[in-house]
Amino acid sequence: MPSSDYDPACLPDLLPLYYRRLFPFAQYYRWLNYGGASVQKNYFQNREFSFTLKDDIYVRYQSFSSQSELEKEMQKMNPYKIDIGAVYSHRPNQHNTVKSGSFQALEKELVFDIDMTDYDDVRSCCSAADICSKCWTLMTIAIRILDRSLRPEDFGFHHLLWVYSGRRGVHCWVCDEAARKLSAAARSAVAEYLSLIKGGEETVKKVVLTDPIHPFIRESLTVVERYFPQYALQDQNILGRKESEEKVLALVPEDIVKKELQEIFQEERNPERRWRHIEAQAKKKQTTAKKWQYFEKEIMLQYCYPRLDVNVSKGVNHLLKSPFSVHPKTGRISVPIDLKDVEKFDPFAVPTISLICEELDRPKADEDEAKSEDAKEKENEQDSAEKRKIRDYKRTSLAKYVKYFDQFLAEMADSWKGKLLRQSDLQKEF
Amino acid sequence: MTYPRPRSVPLRSQWRRQTTVLRLPCLGTMQFSSKKPRAVTDLKAELYSQPLQFYAQPPLENISLSEFESFAVDRLKLLKTVENLGVSYVKLNDDYLKKLDNEIRTLNFPQDAKDQTEKRRKDHISHFILRLAYCQTEDLRRWFIQQEVDLFKYRFKKLDSGEKLEFLHKNNLQYNTISAEEKDNLREKLTISSYAASGVKLEEQDFYKVPFQDALDLVRTRKVYLKEGYAYIPHNEIVTIVLNDFRTRLSKALALTARSLPAVHSDERLQPLLNHLSHSYLGQDYSVQKNVGKISLEQIDSLAGKSFPLCMRQLHQALRDQHHLRHGGRMQYGLFLKGIGLSLEQALQFWRMEFIRGKVDADKFDKAYAYSIRHMFGKEGKRADYTPYSCMKVILSNPPSQGDYHGCPFRHSDPELLKQKLQSYKVSPSGVSQILELVKGMHYQLACQKYFELTHNVEDTSFSLSHPNQYFTESQKVLGGGKDVKRETDTLQRPQESSAARGLTAAREPAVDESQHLAEITKNLETDFQDA
Repeated sequence: MPSSDYDPACLPDLLPLYYRRLFPFAQYYRWLNYGGASVQKNYFQNREFSFTLKDDIYVRYQSFSSQSELEKEMQKMNPYKIDIGAVYSHRPNQHNTVKSGSFQALEKELVFDIDMTDYDDVRSCCSAADICSKCWTLMTIAIRILDRSLRPEDFGFHHLLWVYSGRRGVHCWVCDEAARKLSAAARSAVAEYLSLIKGGEETVKKVVLTDPIHPFIRESLTVVERYFPQYALQDQNILGRKESEEKVLALVPEDIVKKELQEIFQEERNPERRWRHIEAQAKKKQTTAKKWQYFEKEIMLQYCYPRLDVNVSKGVNHLLKSPFSVHPKTGRISVPIDLKDVEKFDPFAVPTISLICEELDRPKADEDEAKSEDAKEKENEQDSAEKRKIRDYKRTSLAKYVKYFDQFLAEMADSWKGKLLRQSDLQKEF
Repeated sequence: MTYPRPRSVPLRSQWRRQTTVLRLPCLGTMQFSSKKPRAVTDLKAELYSQPLQFYAQPPLENISLSEFESFAVDRLKLLKTVENLGVSYVKLNDDYLKKLDNEIRTLNFPQDAKDQTEKRRKDHISHFILRLAYCQTEDLRRWFIQQEVDLFKYRFKKLDSGEKLEFLHKNNLQYNTISAEEKDNLREKLTISSYAASGVKLEEQDFYKVPFQDALDLVRTRKVYLKEGYAYIPHNEIVTIVLNDFRTRLSKALALTARSLPAVHSDERLQPLLNHLSHSYLGQDYSVQKNVGKISLEQIDSLAGKSFPLCMRQLHQALRDQHHLRHGGRMQYGLFLKGIGLSLEQALQFWRMEFIRGKVDADKFDKAYAYSIRHMFGKEGKRADYTPYSCMKVILSNPPSQGDYHGCPFRHSDPELLKQKLQSYKVSPSGVSQILELVKGMHYQLACQKYFELTHNVEDTSFSLSHPNQYFTESQKVLGGGKDVKRETDTLQRPQESSAARGLTAAREPAVDESQHLAEITKNLETDFQDA
């Protein structure tokens, strides 16, 4: 799917169009309001937003009292970037009037940020802000491992929204009530539980496994092992070239194992067979020594396991890029990722703002759908403005992402209803 | 009758004459009990019959001011010891235990389960007094909570299993055990995920199902099996749960205390003492800038080689090489530079020059990075004047990850890479192996001190390293540069007494000074009083 060539200079013209006719305000509000009655009063009103406006002007502590105010303000300001923060004890836009110390961040979704630059030392195809289809597999692996763990497997969460960041990574928003209420200490504990890669520039070996291997690590290894042959041995070719081969050997025990492998590698050039030699050596090690007995697993994890930034997850008041925000450098919309299709997700197929603005004028393939919408519209003149807006995004490539977002919200709504029922039972209202 | 002449500590003389007794209901304002008030003696008897407590009830009695002070100062010494031992040794290993035992005995705090009522009373009261001193800022609270939790952990572990159970029940920690059937289903997973379980037969151990939020320490280190939001904990790991509970309660209590603080501060007798207590924690924190402007930007490169500790030398090198540093590195290095005397203007110039050489254009620098530098100097945001990081902070918080150069090289670098680096800085092979030994034993500050000794060619350092800026100041002293600097630091640091562990940091000394200071005042007042 071609995305119209995006030029950052066009952003000032495209943004007003985006916020007037395409941004899914209804769903957005529905999300952040969490059903209204299922949460404490003023949940939406006390939520902090921050905007980055033209010329890099950054404004924090924005808050809105309703969906329409949110719409009006965003259409007025046309932010280049939108971040979502925490729900505070008072309205953020009035925080200066509150006695210092009383203005507190109370709740926020548990979030995770996986950024491709954190993998620079283990990917050879790109570096820094670039990504390609070869290294995107790292994101797929990350989503699989983390999603599994955060859900009923380990932590018992149910409502996770995975979002493409717009350039080089993914974010995860855990929206369960229990998640929103977590303390900073709990968030950092969860992030550390999920972290296996330790060490900065100065550390060569970043993964060390001890016996016995925790069930969570075992499960993660099963996922990694599925992707490793194609991703690491083929796409990244970690055993195919001298310098990358040396990097791998640096992670191997310093003794005869390394020497033997170096000798074998003089003869054996094929990456898959080389890996099998490494595995064989590891098996030998397991029976002899306690230390280093899992070194081949450690290698796989160092190359593939998700690297998350603990600082993003730790803070209750940390601001993170909002879903459906635009990425100013690439023009891509931060769209939710449908987990059913995570293998096929292609970051380069994500619509840019220029594409969807263009699509507004020339409707997409489904003319029939547009026609039936027309008929419905005639039936109900009152909601025509609303309906037109709904129809608008539906004719663009944004449609399927909003649809997935709708599903996500519908599932959450069930849990709010459940809570309301329980509450009304307690209060004996019928 | 004339009153003694006024002293620097206000009104103390009046206290002696008028009231020797301090009522402690100020501590009681923190928590209201809706129960019927029982006779105080009953409560005390019950509370002090327990070897360990959660400090849920504040003391309700009258005590003398001298007891108030001496209790507080003793506990502060104890907590400082806890802190120092925690950095120099693996917590709860033999050395740690021995030294802590010693300190507790010396300071007259409760030890084993025998008749300890007096000491437990001291423990109880001193804890609450320190709450008053340490509830005021985030940093103080964090420090206080950390040491109290470590102390509690040490004491809890000393209880035998019967006492532990009793403690749990008396404090209403009812967590549910899982059925034998469930245990069987999860058999393999439970055995491999809990170290404690591996030695003992599963059938004989009770396993508790606890919401993961209540077992964060175990979750953080992945020492427990998790399923659907619950942690499955063997009985003898219950320690971590209890600690968490203790920590949470204390944190909440401190927040409440902070709110009642104005009432406490209005009592003129208490305010100076409480201030002394919380300042002696900070000790020499290099927050007040001396020698501003005495360092010129041209000197930095050579100073980095000669007088910077390894962590800062590394950061400086990375900055020069890459013309960029990430946030963690900017904070650690930027605050250090502030501490050695760089002015705000110099700092802005320094960073700007370097970043422009990189990929950042002048405009972007002024917008994004300049703000955070001014923030460091207290010119933006909440205008807090941030203090340069101490060794403890660098070692224990915010570990570096991919692309970072901050942290403590002795703690965070691969031993191999550390060795290479030291060799490239011309440290002798024997020196390198000495340093690596210390690193292996986790004595990071001692390793850095050894590095100091080797690079400055001195036999034995006269100071106990606890702060990167201290390293710099001492280095300048040795190299003979800056006579002004020398004079000032002399008055602030006393020579190291031959104390048991070299690992104890200089942070200990201010506490000793405090009590000496107070003792001095008391002594002088006695004589004055007699004169009158």
